[in-house]
Amino acid sequence: MREITYREALKEALIEEMKRDERVFLLGEDIADPFGSAYKVTLGLSSIFGTDRVIQTPISEQGFTGAAVGAALTGMRPVVEFMYIDFTTMAMEQLVNQAAKIRYMSGGQAKVPVVFRTQGGPGRSSAAQHAQSIEALFHHIPGLLVAMPSSAYDAKGLLKTAIRLDDPVIFIEQKLLYNTKGEVPEEEYTIPFGVADVKRNGTDCTVVATSMTVLKALKAADILAEEGISIEVVDPRTLFPLDIETIVESVKKTSRLLITHEAPERGGFAAEVAAQVANLAFDYLDAPIQRVCAPSVPIPFARNMEDYIMIDESKIADRVRKLIRGDI
Amino acid sequence: MDRKNQEELPSDLTKEQLLAMYRKMQLIRGFEGTAKKYFEAGEIGGFLHLSVGQEAVPVGTCSALRKDDYITSTHRGHGDVLSKGCEVKRMFAELYGRTDGYCKGKGGSMHIADFSQGIIGANGIVSSGIPIAVGAALSIRMRGTDQVAVSFFGDGATAEGSFHEALNLASLWQVPVIFVCQNNLYALSQPWSHSARDGNLVERAQSYHIPAESVDGMDVIAVYRSVEKAVDRARSGDGPTFIEARTYRFMGHYVGDPGAYMPEEEQEEWRKKDAIAKLRRQLKMWGYLTDKVDEQIATDIEAELQDGIEYARSSVIPEPREALNDVYVHFDYLGRPLKEESNHA
Repeated sequence: MREITYREALKEALIEEMKRDERVFLLGEDIADPFGSAYKVTLGLSSIFGTDRVIQTPISEQGFTGAAVGAALTGMRPVVEFMYIDFTTMAMEQLVNQAAKIRYMSGGQAKVPVVFRTQGGPGRSSAAQHAQSIEALFHHIPGLLVAMPSSAYDAKGLLKTAIRLDDPVIFIEQKLLYNTKGEVPEEEYTIPFGVADVKRNGTDCTVVATSMTVLKALKAADILAEEGISIEVVDPRTLFPLDIETIVESVKKTSRLLITHEAPERGGFAAEVAAQVANLAFDYLDAPIQRVCAPSVPIPFARNMEDYIMIDESKIADRVRKLIRGDI
Repeated sequence: MDRKNQEELPSDLTKEQLLAMYRKMQLIRGFEGTAKKYFEAGEIGGFLHLSVGQEAVPVGTCSALRKDDYITSTHRGHGDVLSKGCEVKRMFAELYGRTDGYCKGKGGSMHIADFSQGIIGANGIVSSGIPIAVGAALSIRMRGTDQVAVSFFGDGATAEGSFHEALNLASLWQVPVIFVCQNNLYALSQPWSHSARDGNLVERAQSYHIPAESVDGMDVIAVYRSVEKAVDRARSGDGPTFIEARTYRFMGHYVGDPGAYMPEEEQEEWRKKDAIAKLRRQLKMWGYLTDKVDEQIATDIEAELQDGIEYARSSVIPEPREALNDVYVHFDYLGRPLKEESNHA
């Protein structure tokens, strides 16, 4: 099968869905050519579809997020780009009180078919306001769906689904994933929300990972395999809806659970997975549930400090060894 | 326009149109008085933000709109949504939290919506409907229809960032949106002078290169004429308009607030400008309204309101578990796919 980058996969999804449905349009800062957006996902699209459908906005997150909600309420299907997930905080009111709530407040009359694409994560010395992982804020809000693809294949299939759904989706990409390559078929496909993907089968420990930490967990799996330890890597792909069944089935097999994400540990997505598994599979667990997440501090600028707080394969492998040894 | 011209028989409005405006303003005032009565009696819960005194603004505005035009409204939105076409009985049912309410009891007074007639939501967050209306106007242009979107908001909203971002985007995009600021001179308890140094909203809108004017919000005909011009401009593709309608809230911020911060002389002054009394006097002067017809209108409205209350009282109380529905189109609140809606169509 052909291999393309995560960036190309996302771009293909946008092109295909814009061709498929003329109601789909893009809205965001600096997304038109020749700049083509900060991470170049939309590069070339305004030349294909014109600036009437690839609408470049001023630096006005609250304004264009509200406009996207209004357009979605009245028959259009906007795909918004927030250049950095950190900038969603400028539009939290529209995301949390409007996009997420209007369907419910209207007694089910309204549909809000809008996708909010953005990207997060550390690793490029971007410091505390350009490298956060704040998915937990959105995951916490009833009315929003949250997707975090870790591969080119998932990125394309999930984005196509997100655009076709009638519910608001927070679609979180990762800045270091854009150049990663993966197999993506030429044929049309979509990936349903709420279906986890077992990225690697294993027997000794389940590792639930999201976005960039899926890649780290797969590297940890290679290291641990040489030591005779077999881990199963489960990528939920969408945080909400969450495919808890696949995670629970895995834990029943391995009897151990470690959850990893780049976001700060306190109040993070891992805590939700831990609570659900403790409830649904308590009797199957042979050891306490572990979290390998960032310490709850802002992202530092200096590369060595940033490395210190980032999740890598050795942090995951070390914790798995301790779990297997019963050294927790 | 001098007093004499204002009193002239309007050539652009029929007797029927004028009587309909008069009746609608009376209906709104009656609705809010009745809602207050049953709120104070404990039958209606939550918050109740009344627009008594401001009726001419939504009635004048919506008289210039079509059913398929959009409005966004505010926490003080009963008059706006009634003007756009909401029925009294389903409004009361919503205020009573019943299944026959516009939002099945999930929205209440601040969140009434009726998408079937372009009411894309009243809003509990000050200023947030403004960019939403700009988005509706963008959608209108992209779909190529000749609808317009109107955003109602108060003077308090003009100090919010959303207001400025929305005006800037509307100006850049030249979309068919009409900003109608219901300047009732109070943002909750704070007088207009606490929200703006100069208080000139027309200049502020014009600084975004949006045509703007200030109208007497206590004169329904003046509001109608101003909005009608704006609607013509919007439908012709000439972009946004800003209208400030100076009006007054005859009551406190919500039921329970006596409005102690509103000087009595000021209240007296504005009550003399009551838009309903003004139109009544004009209609009688023009021979469009007799005392007998006036009484009949009052009697009919009273009956409609009482029927509305009875409708609300007898409407089914929602099952408590209904709280769990309507969060998503495709999933239940736990994220399980709903059968009737495909996950990815």
